[in-house]
Amino acid sequence: MWNCLIVLVERAMFVLYGSRFAFRVNMAAPLVPLQRFCKLASLHVCGRRRLWSSSVATPPSLYKRLLLALTQRFYDVEILLNWRSQLKSQALQKKNASLTPLEHEHLNTVSHTDRASLGYYHYTQEHYGDNVASAYFILNMHGSFRYAGQSEWFRSDSSGKFSWDFVNQKDSLLEEVDLGHTVINQMGLGNLVGNPLRTLSLRGCHEVDDWALARLHVFQDTLEELDISCCPHITIGGLAALRNLKGLHRLNVSSLPRLGSPGLVIIMLEEMLPLCQVTAKGYDLSLTQLGGN
Amino acid sequence: MREVKKDKVADALPGSQWSPFEMNPNLPPERADIVIIGGGVIGWSIAYWLKKKERVRDGVKVIVVEKDPTYSQASTVLSAGGIRQQFSLTENIQLSLASADFMRNINEHLGVLNQEPVDLQFNHSGYLFVANESVAHIMEENYSTQRFAGAKVSLLSPVQLKEKFPWINTEDVALASYGLENEGWFDPWTLLNAFRQKAISMGVIQSIGEVTGFNCTLNRMDTVDGETVDVKRIKHVNVRMPNSREYQPVECAIVVNAAGAFSAKLVDMMGIGTGPKDTLSGMALPVEPRKRFIYVFNCPDGPGLDCPFLVDYSGIYFRREGLGGNYITGTSPEEDAEPDVSNLDVDHEFFQEKIWPSLAHRVPAFESLKVTSAWAGYYDYNTFDQNAILGIHPLAQNMFFATGFSGHGLQQSPAAGRAVAELILDGSYQTLDLKGLGFQRIMAKEPLLEKNIV
Repeated sequence: MWNCLIVLVERAMFVLYGSRFAFRVNMAAPLVPLQRFCKLASLHVCGRRRLWSSSVATPPSLYKRLLLALTQRFYDVEILLNWRSQLKSQALQKKNASLTPLEHEHLNTVSHTDRASLGYYHYTQEHYGDNVASAYFILNMHGSFRYAGQSEWFRSDSSGKFSWDFVNQKDSLLEEVDLGHTVINQMGLGNLVGNPLRTLSLRGCHEVDDWALARLHVFQDTLEELDISCCPHITIGGLAALRNLKGLHRLNVSSLPRLGSPGLVIIMLEEMLPLCQVTAKGYDLSLTQLGGN
Repeated sequence: MREVKKDKVADALPGSQWSPFEMNPNLPPERADIVIIGGGVIGWSIAYWLKKKERVRDGVKVIVVEKDPTYSQASTVLSAGGIRQQFSLTENIQLSLASADFMRNINEHLGVLNQEPVDLQFNHSGYLFVANESVAHIMEENYSTQRFAGAKVSLLSPVQLKEKFPWINTEDVALASYGLENEGWFDPWTLLNAFRQKAISMGVIQSIGEVTGFNCTLNRMDTVDGETVDVKRIKHVNVRMPNSREYQPVECAIVVNAAGAFSAKLVDMMGIGTGPKDTLSGMALPVEPRKRFIYVFNCPDGPGLDCPFLVDYSGIYFRREGLGGNYITGTSPEEDAEPDVSNLDVDHEFFQEKIWPSLAHRVPAFESLKVTSAWAGYYDYNTFDQNAILGIHPLAQNMFFATGFSGHGLQQSPAAGRAVAELILDGSYQTLDLKGLGFQRIMAKEPLLEKNIV
């Protein structure tokens, strides 16, 4: 009962005199673990300098603003939100579990979550070999693939079920892989190494970023067609990583929202990859009239 | 009137900030656990890793002291921003690889809740080292070291080089080494700010001020060789406020010297290195500032998007900057022609005489170019062997050094910060073994030199 009274008094003080005074009064309250002293340093905890980023066209929703206000005042909310984002990224890393452990000392820089997920495809790899493990990985990610020398595609249906025929083809190598609209990221791309890929589609993948493009150099001898359209995290720095894919014939870079000057980028890409036909739709390439006489 | 009375009442009640004595609110706290001197990328990286490795909330109280909040002379922001794994020393390759891995997942490490994600603007264009016959063998040896340590590098013959980059003049080229992954350049200011925001959000205190002296206790000891040395332990760090004579002696347990080009000044303040040469008490910190120039030029017919960070055997380097045909270039001057370090003025004659001929020789399109801008910055140059110095000086019991990177500080900062944090909190290196970069080699006079082609 006393706790409620103290909280009510504190709220009233806060409303009347502002947060600084209210917290002073409440310093010895038993609810101290739930409340934060108004130190200047604590204002930095969750980026209070800007309530929302200036690049966002509309301010965030009421729910987000409420969460932000709560995070700035309570440790618990801050920790819970941190846990939530950590769990999300852990789940993503687990989905993209690496087939092969990273061989070198810099394994130690891999976060604990990555190391924990390294063993997921280990069973498949041991019993059926690398190729089947790669195929299984692609089907698990809801992608599809086609073996070299065959014409039928292996894919999973909308509920995630797929046929297990690929298990019998231990020596077949992947030729075309479609991982569009999946959560593949740079770690997962490492699972495709060793296959002479000719076509790779990463269309609409939200986790594919510049570092994932940098890993594509392993396919530089065989890759002919690459589709990275509609990936929101790719920038010009990642497109520079395509320098190694000199054998590329078709490249689709449509609708990349983070490209600053798409017209110029397309020209430079065509210059960098002479054999390649660059498709780039979804940009406004009209010449703008500069103001003035 | 009522507002004034309300304020007075609020000030009079206990818990208000009012005090009858006027004290500078920007003074650092009187007591801290670890004081990091130097607010560049190395200093903030160490601060971040210290806070990341503490096992309880507010386990260590860390202060970062930086004398210039505008970073006008700091090496970090004036750097060309490149990262490469093409070194000859395994320690350097490992530091660089670990830093690239850090930057790969930078939002996982340095993302602050509710802030925008960190965008380093990393250009994955790779480094290209070009060697002539006399140094090609060094390049081949380095290639096998780099591959063994895990770097993704490839060797190119002159024919392959010409095929990949038709704009290069390959007439005197014997071998080239091209980075495939984890190499390129990025924005140093973004990395510095990301480390700083994250460290501050974890509770590191930033203090703007200059360190003017130390209060140390002295222990006179005899070494096994019979030499009498003074072993010092820092008790207080005197931090002086900008444009003022006011200072605060910060009582601390550990001091980290991440002052970059000006690290030797701190060691002089402690009185270390003033003894006779070739003795332990004469072993000063062999780091001094060296001025290096970077020139920005525009060449519309220059190399395009695949332009790597090219380093020529003659010593010049250049890289693409943006998409508008701009490039930045520089080189290291000869040992005897080092420019004056008292200011950061640019010598434009240096470009005309030393850089442009080699540039035009390597890339014929650069025969016609226009220099649009230039700046100068300091290297924290290790005069002993041009590699980092990480660890404790034998005569300063609680001062950890993270300096002397000689131009590689930015690219090694995440991993070096973690290494120093491990030294401080765990007592020894846990992830990367960098004992070879300690003071042992300076005491034993065995330089750990990079066998590079430049």
